[in-house]
Amino acid sequence: MEFAELIKTPRVDGVVLHRPFMPTVEGTLCLTGHHLILSSRQDNTEELWLLHANIDSIEKRFIGSLGTIIVKCKDLRVIQLDIPGMEECLNIASSIEALSTLDSVSLMYPFFYRPLFEVIEDGWQLFVPEEAFKDLESMTDEWRLSEVNKDFSVCPSYPSLLTVPKDIDDESLCKAASFRHGGRFPVLSYYHKKNGMVMMRAAQPLTGTNGRRCKEDEKLINATLCAGKRGYIIDTRTVAVAQQAKARGGGFEQEANYPQWRRIHKAVERSNVLQESLIKLVEACNDQSHSMDRWLSKLEASNWQSNVKEILTTACLAAQCIDREGASVLVHGTEGTDSTLQVTSLAQIILDPACRTIRGFEVLIEREWLQAGHPFQQRCAQSAYSNGKPRSEAPVFLLFLDCVWQILRQFPCSFQFNENFLIMLFEHAYASQFGTFLGNSVAERLKLLLSQKTVSLWSWVNRPQELERFLNPLYEPNNLVIWPSVAPQSLLLWEGVFLRWNRSSKCLDEANQEMVHIIEYNKELQNKVNSLRRQLAQLETEDGPLQTP
Amino acid sequence: MSCTEVWWSEMEHIKMPKVENVRLVDRSSSRRTQVGTLYLTATHTIFVGKGSEDRSELWVLHSLVCNVLKHKASQSGYPLLIHCKNFQVIQFIIPQESDCHNVYISLSRLSRPEKYEELYCFSFNPNVDKAERGHSWDFLDLKAEYSRMGLPDKLWHVTAINREYRVCDTYPADLFVPKSVTLPVIIGSSKFRSRGRFPTLSYYCKENHATICRSSQPLSGFSARCLEDEQMLQAIMKSNPGSRFMYVVDTRPKLNAMANRAAGKGYENEDNYCNIKFQFIGIENIHVMRNSQQKLIEVSTLRSPSMGEFLTGLENSDWLRHIKSIMEAAVFISKAVAEEGVSVLVHCSDGWDRTAQVCSVASVLLDPYYRTLKGLMVLIEKDWISFGHKFSHRCGHLDGEAKEVSPVIDQFLECVWQLMKQFPCYFEYNEKFLISIHDHVYSCHYGNFICNSQKERKDLCIKEKTHSIWPHLWENKLDFTNPLFKPDQSQNQGLLRPRTAPYCFKYWRRLYNRFDRELHPRQSELDCLMTVKEETQQLEEELALYEQKLAVLDKERAKALYMQKGVLESKQTLWSLPLDTSLANTPQDYIGGFIGGAPNVFTLQQGERENAELCLFGDKPKSSDADNSDQESGVADFSSHSSGEESLPSEDSVKDPDSDETGPNRE
Repeated sequence: MEFAELIKTPRVDGVVLHRPFMPTVEGTLCLTGHHLILSSRQDNTEELWLLHANIDSIEKRFIGSLGTIIVKCKDLRVIQLDIPGMEECLNIASSIEALSTLDSVSLMYPFFYRPLFEVIEDGWQLFVPEEAFKDLESMTDEWRLSEVNKDFSVCPSYPSLLTVPKDIDDESLCKAASFRHGGRFPVLSYYHKKNGMVMMRAAQPLTGTNGRRCKEDEKLINATLCAGKRGYIIDTRTVAVAQQAKARGGGFEQEANYPQWRRIHKAVERSNVLQESLIKLVEACNDQSHSMDRWLSKLEASNWQSNVKEILTTACLAAQCIDREGASVLVHGTEGTDSTLQVTSLAQIILDPACRTIRGFEVLIEREWLQAGHPFQQRCAQSAYSNGKPRSEAPVFLLFLDCVWQILRQFPCSFQFNENFLIMLFEHAYASQFGTFLGNSVAERLKLLLSQKTVSLWSWVNRPQELERFLNPLYEPNNLVIWPSVAPQSLLLWEGVFLRWNRSSKCLDEANQEMVHIIEYNKELQNKVNSLRRQLAQLETEDGPLQTP
Repeated sequence: MSCTEVWWSEMEHIKMPKVENVRLVDRSSSRRTQVGTLYLTATHTIFVGKGSEDRSELWVLHSLVCNVLKHKASQSGYPLLIHCKNFQVIQFIIPQESDCHNVYISLSRLSRPEKYEELYCFSFNPNVDKAERGHSWDFLDLKAEYSRMGLPDKLWHVTAINREYRVCDTYPADLFVPKSVTLPVIIGSSKFRSRGRFPTLSYYCKENHATICRSSQPLSGFSARCLEDEQMLQAIMKSNPGSRFMYVVDTRPKLNAMANRAAGKGYENEDNYCNIKFQFIGIENIHVMRNSQQKLIEVSTLRSPSMGEFLTGLENSDWLRHIKSIMEAAVFISKAVAEEGVSVLVHCSDGWDRTAQVCSVASVLLDPYYRTLKGLMVLIEKDWISFGHKFSHRCGHLDGEAKEVSPVIDQFLECVWQLMKQFPCYFEYNEKFLISIHDHVYSCHYGNFICNSQKERKDLCIKEKTHSIWPHLWENKLDFTNPLFKPDQSQNQGLLRPRTAPYCFKYWRRLYNRFDRELHPRQSELDCLMTVKEETQQLEEELALYEQKLAVLDKERAKALYMQKGVLESKQTLWSLPLDTSLANTPQDYIGGFIGGAPNVFTLQQGERENAELCLFGDKPKSSDADNSDQESGVADFSSHSSGEESLPSEDSVKDPDSDETGPNRE
């Protein structure tokens, strides 16, 4: 096994672990193919099990023969290991570096992980396109399931089954695909049951500088409009950026060719800018200077909160067009795999109460992120402590989760899940024992045989024992469309992620427990009262004919 | 001058008692306005909406008006902007210029009373008799508070020296000093302190005998010293037998304190006082704080700011930096007392602004009692009201020196709020309590926060002529209770150790954007939990009743009980419904007027849209909407449970049909 070659020193004794807000632990450090383990071999102290894949970067320094390794994790935690012996320290450091940057996906931990729990419900079957289509068919007959992308040749980043307008044949789809970036022709993203309006998503049209057009593309999206109605195209880029895209063969829909559509440009940042934003934000959160001015100006300069606001605003706009204006919407940016998905998935959370349940949210992630071809592997290769040249990593999914958290804060009774659920998803997107977030597209995942060789995250999450941690005690289902406020005063910094390791969670945990306790006690009393009431009623009927009040 | 005379004289200021066809502009969206009639009374500005169905009312106390501005005429009329001290901003558009001017002149005068007698508390006349009024002033008893602290004891006693307010006219009549100091020492010390505010006890920790004492700055200049003052400090130090030194904390920036020396004031010279450790803590003065809050208010009232504008504005206001500095001072003092067992003397210049802030925040950190409803009232009564925080000047109750106005008490309340955010289970009260206190500090509705000192209040016969706020707040304590409060734990959790990293300080949206309803969470965790708790209590009572009845097993009783069944069944899910579902279904302006403003074939007309919203979630449920029928019944149920703020006089200044807070318009 090649892991052994990478592990120069498998274990060192007398290593001291420092973590913020926790007592230091002295113990034995062990390196395995996938984990960094620190064990104190005392019964009551916690061991540290850290996935190599979770390590974003390391720093080492020496004072005499005592070496120190600072490990910075993708979940934003920073820990310090004091290792006696310079050679051991250097060996450990270089092993960690090698093991945390393995290139081959098939060497990742999910391929080696064997669950210690019984898989009751296979998470790989959580979302079945055919079944989802059956639901759609029960509401409308204007759509069909196309197999045009069966072998992923029309669009490598799309799944094999796609929902398209009934009247558009596969040949037209192929032509429309050749007119869209990466072959991502317009497909159905969401059907709004209340008024029959739809949201579609695509990539940018390849109009180029000479204003190419494609009749099939026009026909395809017009087929989604009711007679006499107009729709909105939401381009997540600013007009200037969209104009510039023309020079590289991209572009946007010209009014002349799409007279029934009204185009709106928004300013959702591209992924490389987002990565920069995350790095700056985390740096601001870890700043030890204790100066208020510095904190606020760094927070502002990171632009993270602006990004949250922009994405959320765009999603609200899409939802507003559908629900309030009664219009159908097409959303796209450049590639249609990042900002587009942020907007379409958030709009669904606003519009569709089903997406606010745990299962519904899981399905949303399967459908709008995994199946829709968000390149998780590339985007989550590095997190905020990456110091190498940025390649294609970007916190696109984290920003989406942040936006969901913002809505959750504003509607604390409308979500079945709690903040921990979102944090868990963030962690697993970046490093996991499960195969769910491996690969960049359905095609890649099939090739990796993920569903046979790895366990799905959902198989684990959906077990009742695990679910309990993720339930929101205040949840009460409602059918409302929930319109969040996007004012700066209403958007908060997501402390649960960004300040998680810089604060003690004791008081907040206590508050959460108390909340659960209040509600459970209430339910318990209700049950008691109801049963006593029944008892009394029974006594009464036994005693004689019932007198109806 | 009797109240009626005052009332008549105020009527003279009203040049225009009534204006028709005034538009009230919704600040979240200038396209939404409401037409109605504007009335000016001796005490309130009242706007009554004209709509046949939505007869909403807006009441604004004149004493809450901070300033009135006329804006440039628009095509629809003459805008009048009213900024209130509780951060409400109201915009009217008045059709006629002369009317607008008259309202402007009247309001400008009415909102700046020249005499105490003009204040609302002197004309506010709830239906209570004289005895009850007197009783309301006895609700809080500072003597009881000192004895709760363990005073008097063998080392501390009350001095009668200031009974007639002769030694210090801004101090209360009863003051605690070390038993060992003689009257000449007190008098000598008081002569050596600004305004005669000699060192006296503010908080006593009976477990370790450490104290927080307060005073004003010494008149030390560059070299002056005062033997009696030195003896006074020595006595304070010695009254804490376990300690070998005491801290003297000057809450001013060192530079300010040094500048004061040139004026014959200054700070304690460590060489002259035995065993003191002197410490500067740089909290800025009232002028800096006033400007800072002004900037903060400007930021909070920006119309659809970008994130960058907001954060930059927040930073430039320096407001959170000031809050942090007050908190840090309080943390220093509370640790000195609780952890080191060392007494602390706190002063600033006059000892009634920064000193009051720091002593009271430190007390909240030290003593769980001040984290209870009653305790916070007592603390404000003691450290702020009795010790002569100049409420009239700082809050601008009367027309006067603008430079005296400063949000000193706002900062205290905000520090408590920041602590509540860090310690959600350790406070008996919730943020509504703080906001309500803030409201009453400025509203002049009750007499508590009138005048600048105890002596002034006595001279004005405040207790005979006005009512006290405290019993009123106490009666509404259900609304002010934090559902997460865990009393037992809190008692054990003596000293709070808050974190003071910059990111621990938040912008207080509920205060500064209090009236911008669309900015707040549409469902409130707090309200939800409060309702659950209330229901739980009912269930407990019902359960006890059932158990009792079952035990007796009386046939007739069982029958009678059966008749009552269903009362609770119908309420079972009432808590789960958010108060603000009406808002949930109102999208914001996400594109800056693009959709509504554009000529678009399928855009709803404004009126239609609002109607649609009203039908869906307003007061008139339409059964045709199957999807929402559940919610509607929920809302209706909920209103019977709606928060009791309706009974709070100042809260009824907003009467808006779709408000979740007010009672009268709900069924």
